[in-house]
Amino acid sequence: MFEVLRNETLAPQVHRMVVRAPRVAKARRPGQFVIVRRDEEYERIPLTIADADAQAGTITLIIQAVGQGTKDIVATPAGGFLRDVAGPLGKATEIEKFGKVVCVGGGVGTAVLFPLAKALAEAGNDVVTLIGGRSASYVILRDELASFSREVLVTTEDGSLGVKGFVTAVLGEILADESRRPDAVYAVGPVPMMAAIAKQTRPYGVKTIVSLNPIMVDGTGMCGGCRVTVGGEIKFACVDGPEFDGHEVDFAELAERQNTYKEDYCRLDAQLDKEGRQ
Amino acid sequence: MSDKSLTAKERLAIERTHMPEQPAEKRARNFTEVNLGLAEAAAIEEARRCLLCKNRPCVQGCPVGVRIPEFLERIAAGDLRGAAEILRADNALPATTGRVCPQEKQCEAKCVRGLKGEPVAVGWLERFVADWAMEHLAPPSAPTTKTGFRVAIVGSGPGGLTAAGELARLGHDVTVFEALHAPGGVLRYGIPEFRLPKAIVDREVKNLQAMGVKIECNVIVGKTLTVAEILREFDACFIANGAGLPVFLHVPGENLKGVYSANEYLTRVNLMGAYKPQGRTPIARGAIAVVFGGGNTAMDAVRTAKRLGSTRAILAYRRGRDEMPARAEEIKHAEEEGIEFMFLLAPLEILGNDDGWVRAVRLQRMELGAPDASGRRRPVPIPGSEFELAADIIVVAVGTRANPLLTATCPDLKLNKWGNIEIDANGMTSIPGVFAGGDIVRGGATVILAMGDGKTAAASIDRYLRENKVARR
Ligand SMILES: Cc1cc2nc3c(=O)[nH]c(=O)nc-3n(C[C@H](O)[C@H](O)[C@H](O)COP(=O)(O)OP(=O)(O)OC[C@H]3O[C@@H](n4cnc5c(N)ncnc54)[C@H](O)[C@@H]3O)c2cc1C
Ligand code: FES
Repeated sequence: MFEVLRNETLAPQVHRMVVRAPRVAKARRPGQFVIVRRDEEYERIPLTIADADAQAGTITLIIQAVGQGTKDIVATPAGGFLRDVAGPLGKATEIEKFGKVVCVGGGVGTAVLFPLAKALAEAGNDVVTLIGGRSASYVILRDELASFSREVLVTTEDGSLGVKGFVTAVLGEILADESRRPDAVYAVGPVPMMAAIAKQTRPYGVKTIVSLNPIMVDGTGMCGGCRVTVGGEIKFACVDGPEFDGHEVDFAELAERQNTYKEDYCRLDAQLDKEGRQ
Repeated sequence: MSDKSLTAKERLAIERTHMPEQPAEKRARNFTEVNLGLAEAAAIEEARRCLLCKNRPCVQGCPVGVRIPEFLERIAAGDLRGAAEILRADNALPATTGRVCPQEKQCEAKCVRGLKGEPVAVGWLERFVADWAMEHLAPPSAPTTKTGFRVAIVGSGPGGLTAAGELARLGHDVTVFEALHAPGGVLRYGIPEFRLPKAIVDREVKNLQAMGVKIECNVIVGKTLTVAEILREFDACFIANGAGLPVFLHVPGENLKGVYSANEYLTRVNLMGAYKPQGRTPIARGAIAVVFGGGNTAMDAVRTAKRLGSTRAILAYRRGRDEMPARAEEIKHAEEEGIEFMFLLAPLEILGNDDGWVRAVRLQRMELGAPDASGRRRPVPIPGSEFELAADIIVVAVGTRANPLLTATCPDLKLNKWGNIEIDANGMTSIPGVFAGGDIVRGGATVILAMGDGKTAAASIDRYLRENKVARR
């Protein structure tokens, strides 16, 4: 049992939770995640470790409550318990000194981006952060990111904060301007965003790292449910990733696999109806 | 009461009993256990078939050397407590092995009665006694004298649990670290409820806890803790983390929606309860399920697909019926349940529809050629024999390999070329004080072999501690 010490709302449906998990807090490095199960009979949900305090034995999770699984987790109040927290999982980010780095976060991807951007800044990189959201209230962690970024640029789809439009428009300008062009781009967000960014950076030959979030079960390389095609090879995102070279990832396949359980995945019902059986 | 008085002729006259089962049509639609268990009278009668041979060939057939004629003799005498005591002393998880051991290749294969007729049903009797003991005997208690030594076990499958029980019995302080949220290893996430009810795994685990074994779940050794860190806190370590890495077919289309590894498919169903009405973990269900493989895992997956509602549940195997490594009883049960078997077939490509879901698989017919390294005849493709088979769900159950998660963070651990941990005759690895056993050493093997390794390692660890370590107390 893992005690929830704090639970606060950052944006509509976005919570920051501080959880006591001493072993994870001690072992964790930026880029890694945990798998959380709210209680018996609940799903196993992968969540990035946004921050950790080894001394206090706590980890911080930033969670967007989109599906039932994440809704159940954020509904756990301070003083309550999460049944299972397993980790830290995945490879840690390979933090290098690139020079100029643009870190792009879309939606709740910003929460995944946060520890990477922080570690990149701490390693001496010149970090420009670019974050996007549907509207002003969906833009998260702006002040936290500003504390170590040279600049934080914001886009919103409705123009309620920063530039109106998508992060890709702003990134396009940065890439086109030789004086601002980065040595590396880190992008975390919805698959279409990461795919678009990888496409944008490719002609400039700018190294692009993306953090993938396929469906997972165990998170330890045991099930292969998280497999993605990278450079024509099968990789397990939970152990070989979650970060990969964006120019090598088959995003179309990833997008398909991610929606496995979104559509009418029980094809049996449709089939049986068609055949006129019950 | 003893039945030693029975003559050999009288014993020979008794016919092998039958295991009561759920009717095939009914059980193919539920997840409750297929076998219902022997009644006491039937068990006693069956035990009386044992000829109590002097040279005990059945015991040699048992990887952990259970004193089979002795426990059968106690059953025949109606002394179930006596039978249970023998069984418990020799086998840490008898309710499990009674259900999942390939008896037809082990004890029952060696039974003298099998030469002319049917062997004594040792597996069913083991199950009977173990279930009786769970109902009627108090769980074993913690030993009163403690050695003061601390032993860590990595993995709570049959290998780890057996070692934990043996070490606790010897008075050591034992902690089991398990990566998943529930203990049991393959017994929990792989073998389905209809073959091994999870209540039995729970009970076996509770028995160990009653003996003082601590189980800490959600600890992934190699990630949460390293072996080096374990050795700072513990006097010895036993690694039994299984062979959990799924092997895929490496054919085009394998990442389409509706294609699962057997590990994922069975984990969703067994560990995550996807088959339960209240289960929150989804699983794709389709009218036609095709499972590749011929072992117990393939059999479990195809019978699971049937139970999840597939109208056609097909097992497609590269070799022939006689080469299937699955337990004989499972093959029989599967056939009765209407599972379709297709032999001598290899997948070439998985085909999808416009939505990214599986719609069919392209197969090639094979014929058996010369025997390979395993002694089984190697399948070779028949040119021009390709054809398409419609499929909504595909499960790949063609084996597993060693998961490098732990070993990658422990470079001092010597591995073989397949990534399995190398051990010496005592079960010790290249790191002093670190032992290993089960599937991580053998590759995908069996429950009883993993248990045998756990038992051997426990004895070696006990010796190692007494000879090399000073108790911390
Ligand atoms: C579906 C299926 C059906 C089978 N049916 C049969 C059968 O009928 N009869 C039979 O004899 N055999 C059967 N087998 C084979 C048998 O289950 C295995 O040989 C046996 O379970 C091996 O035991 P083990 O203790 O070595 O490992 P496992 O049972 O694999 O247990 C290993 C445990 O270690 C945990 N673990 C892994 N990595 C780590 C880590 N880094 N840190 C902490 N914990 C970790 C795993 O989560 C797991 O719980 C079957 C296997 C499968 C998959
Ligand atoms: S989540 Fe199971 S292998 Fe990655």
